[in-house]
Amino acid sequence: MRFLDDPMFLRDIIMDHYESPRNHKLVQGDSTYYQINMDSATCIDNIDVQLKMEEDVIKDIRFDGEACAISTASTSIMSELLKGKSVKEAKAIIDNYLNMIYEKEYNPDILQEAIAFKNTHKQANRIKCATLGWIAVTKLIEQAKGEVNNHD
Amino acid sequence: MDISKLHQDFPMLQQQMQGQSLIYFDNSATTFKPKSVIEAITKYLTDYTANASRGDYDLSYRVDQEYEGAREKVRTFINAAKNEEIVFTYGTTDGLNIIAFGYALQHLKQGDEILISVEEHASNTLPWFEIVKETGAIIKYIPLDRNGRITLENVQKTISDKTKIISLAEISNVLGYQVPIKEITKLAHLYDIKVIVDGAQSVPHKKTDVIDSDVDFLVFSGHKMCGPTGVGVLYGKYHLLAETNPTRFGGGSNARYQQNGKVILKETPSKFEAGTMNIEGIIGLGAAIDYLSEIGMDTIYQHEVDLRSYCVKKMQELDNLTIYNADSEIGPISFNIKNVFSQDAASLFNSHGIAVRAGQHCAKILDNYLEVTTTIRASFYFYNTEAEIDKFIEVCKKGENFLDAFFG
Repeated sequence: MRFLDDPMFLRDIIMDHYESPRNHKLVQGDSTYYQINMDSATCIDNIDVQLKMEEDVIKDIRFDGEACAISTASTSIMSELLKGKSVKEAKAIIDNYLNMIYEKEYNPDILQEAIAFKNTHKQANRIKCATLGWIAVTKLIEQAKGEVNNHD
Repeated sequence: MDISKLHQDFPMLQQQMQGQSLIYFDNSATTFKPKSVIEAITKYLTDYTANASRGDYDLSYRVDQEYEGAREKVRTFINAAKNEEIVFTYGTTDGLNIIAFGYALQHLKQGDEILISVEEHASNTLPWFEIVKETGAIIKYIPLDRNGRITLENVQKTISDKTKIISLAEISNVLGYQVPIKEITKLAHLYDIKVIVDGAQSVPHKKTDVIDSDVDFLVFSGHKMCGPTGVGVLYGKYHLLAETNPTRFGGGSNARYQQNGKVILKETPSKFEAGTMNIEGIIGLGAAIDYLSEIGMDTIYQHEVDLRSYCVKKMQELDNLTIYNADSEIGPISFNIKNVFSQDAASLFNSHGIAVRAGQHCAKILDNYLEVTTTIRASFYFYNTEAEIDKFIEVCKKGENFLDAFFG
């Protein structure tokens, strides 16, 4: 069995990021961060996500909030994966992640630990949880890029 | 009551979820429909479709018979004095909005008080927020006692000479405690306060008698009592409905109108039923009432009390659960699996074919009282069984392995 096909290994990844989320807690009072709140009527999760960009590179991602294991762990993994990446690289990772979630073709190699969420479709009502942080960061990147373009 | 026989009446109870027999414990959200209800709706759609109170032909006459027949069934079911006191709506939310905007808006003024509680559903809270903005009236919350109950004593303490309306759910959709509506109404009427009852979680589960309880308004939904979605009932005392304005105007509700804007509305209930109503829904609700009445509301109530206490007892034998309303007689069981976020636990139940709800249950200001923001809610109806509860208990035991839902 391939390492990434071992369910015990994948669930350990989720539990690890749920119990010790990376890039957790927001940066306070720093206007160089873009911030968004993700809250929806059908999902109980309520998280805030922050993004700091320099030029075209993601310098930092932070998050906090009240959330289930699935959204906490997936946001934590996302924050680690995307930090230091260019917008283009980040977009490729996000697209592949969403393809995996929606059972389309994807490249497992660039998803690293995020591969732990490949079974989300088994509990289809949790797709929202597994994508919450990823959608947040997509919106923040668009916001950041929009402002850069406006300055041009 | 022979439960195994009733099971066969419900096509949904033969369904599977996640490859296993479906166990449906989300009856506070909506309920399954027996074949007789489905057939009654199908019959209208296949055998005698026509609009109600419109045509001069045989089909239309039959629709009117069934439509008004359903009204009579509702009247009998809640023991109202007259059919004119039964208004068909789109559901409990619609009914509460008609009372708020059609009655309260005309009758309240600056400084008047509306009494509700923090455990009310959003539908019995948000309309009042709007009425407060429009009229300058004030909302006061009846404090819950230590166990989360609304007591007559606390209602008495909250009433002042400014109180005009008390609006409460007879059974809360989160904690399930029964509110002493009859006693509260008796007290309220001493001060000429009107009592509005949200019966969404009580009418489907226990005998309702509006003459005995003497409440002024009662609203409930069809789909929580084996009927279809999109239909509900507003009961109001005749003289109060006469003083209530419709919130929707249109065809069927008026006797005549003129170019200068002068409208003469029909009497209640027609003045509230503008436009083409959910006719198949209303006929389906009538069939649902027939079905429930055949079993008997006292039998239904007792069976649910027994089921709930059986389940609570089994849950209390486990040490990994927190139950927030173990002492409630009826209504949902609100609980959490220790150290597991409610939605993660709900997925675990789902993976075993068990439908339960996680969340705030549309009572978002109850958090402070429970000191927890979200819970799991298991809610029963008469078609649930002890065997289903046994399976549910087995899954409760697996709580800490909630990721099995994804990797099992």
